[in-house]
Amino acid sequence: MRSLQLLAIQYAYENVRFWRNSIAAFFTVALPILMMMILCLLFGSQQTVVEGQPVYWSTFYVPSLSAMAVIGACFTNIAMEVSISRDRGLLKRYRGTPLPVSILVCAKLVHAVVLGFLLVICLIGVGVWVFDASVNGIQLSLFVVALILGSITFCALGLAVAALIPNAEASPAIVQAVVLPLLFISDVFLPMDNAPAWLQWIASVFPVRHFALILQSTFHPILASDIRVSIHLFVMAAWFAVGLVVAIRYFRWEPRR
Amino acid sequence: METSYAIEVKGLRKSYGDFEAVKGIDLRVKTGEIFALLGPNGAGKTTTIEILEGFLTPNAGSVKVLGYDPAKHERVYKERIGIVLQETEVEEFLSVEESIRLVRSYYQNPLPLDDVLAVTGLTDLRRVRPRKLSGGQKRRLDVAMGLAGNPDLLFLDEPTTGFDPQARRDAWDMLRNLRELGKTVLLTSHYMDEVEHIASRAAVMIDGKIVLEGTPQDLAHEAEPTISFRATANLNLPNGLEAEFHEGDSQYLISSSDLVKTLYVLTSWAIENNVSLEDLSITRRSLDDAFVELTQRAENGQER
Repeated sequence: MRSLQLLAIQYAYENVRFWRNSIAAFFTVALPILMMMILCLLFGSQQTVVEGQPVYWSTFYVPSLSAMAVIGACFTNIAMEVSISRDRGLLKRYRGTPLPVSILVCAKLVHAVVLGFLLVICLIGVGVWVFDASVNGIQLSLFVVALILGSITFCALGLAVAALIPNAEASPAIVQAVVLPLLFISDVFLPMDNAPAWLQWIASVFPVRHFALILQSTFHPILASDIRVSIHLFVMAAWFAVGLVVAIRYFRWEPRR
Repeated sequence: METSYAIEVKGLRKSYGDFEAVKGIDLRVKTGEIFALLGPNGAGKTTTIEILEGFLTPNAGSVKVLGYDPAKHERVYKERIGIVLQETEVEEFLSVEESIRLVRSYYQNPLPLDDVLAVTGLTDLRRVRPRKLSGGQKRRLDVAMGLAGNPDLLFLDEPTTGFDPQARRDAWDMLRNLRELGKTVLLTSHYMDEVEHIASRAAVMIDGKIVLEGTPQDLAHEAEPTISFRATANLNLPNGLEAEFHEGDSQYLISSSDLVKTLYVLTSWAIENNVSLEDLSITRRSLDDAFVELTQRAENGQER
């Protein structure tokens, strides 16, 4: 009971801090929605006819930008926030209190995962109502499982990268350098079908592409990829394990001196 | 089992690579005492206090704080201590009151919010965000957060460094309030006068070792009184008196550990030999002078 109460308090605090930090809130919340709106305005009205029914391309952007939103809320958010808190001595301060580490970390994870889910709901809402995206073919339970697995994978990777980031000044550069190129080569903004094989192969090593593809596949059958869902899940689970091990092994309470 | 000592340290050593920051110190702090660990920068004070807080693990020696081994990071131990670190920022997006509330919620029996605010003088600033606080006010918020859990023992690492004189006096008032609450306090400082004002006991730490320990009065005695007078050069002073002569103002300085005897020897010799001791006076140097002297002594010792 006491642990749950502490978790609730700490979660509420993570929330307050996030929303009051308007810059972080803008980049995490507004950016994926804005990106989806731009892409939908540019290409969303094009359509493919399936069994006599038109399917708008906006149907592709909803799950794709959902992947970006979850990565932003979980990976980018946690990697930046943890490295900045560590540099400012906030983590060390926590360590001197009776608040258990597990609750400190869990509150951050719950905050990130809930935020990611809220963003996905927003993206689906905007996509469907504004840009006529189709949700008729959604495999809801698989889509949700993929979201959950993706969220915890990118949270673990965020913690891992935070552990490897030398200091807070370096964190935006490092985090963006990891995220942006991967988003571009991972079927998020545009399909990679015509990309060179080696580039596709590189993208397939990392979790972003698998996450995007599995969200697309489960969102609408027309977006189903050639690779089987189980392979996507396996690669993501493997990255989750790597992230977890690195995060636990290299976690630091204090900045490196 | 509880002892009457809140902190018991024996033979404590800590090295960073080849550099030994703490070179085997013993320390005992009684329950309810405000104990000051004094010393210049780099003396090993922060290393010592961070070992007691549990942030660092010692290379050798035994450490018991409130009967616990801090290195084990037990939750029961954290419930009973409050930590004010030397350099930490506070959460910039929370007000003074919100920060204190958050920390309070981590403890089973926290101090009432209004008491924390009152003791640290933050009542009027409770709704303010840290960005709008002065350095001294921010430091008081640090102390408030250390105090929020109602700890039996409070660690304060340089609570007043960088303060202007008024802010330091305010901080001393606050620390006296803590004493009235019956808290044991271990603080580090490089101001000797801080000890005179607030500490019940103090230890001077220089170059990783404790060179002196006692009450502020004991430390004051370390500063020997000096007899000074003016007279012509090349006086043939009586046996056993050694004087420092300053040519510029023809001043003699004699420091003495037995003032009465030295004065007797000096004045009776002066009367017998008809020497006039102009401007004869006795000065007792301040603790700060004593502290500087101790530091210099230690540094010279090192050079040899």
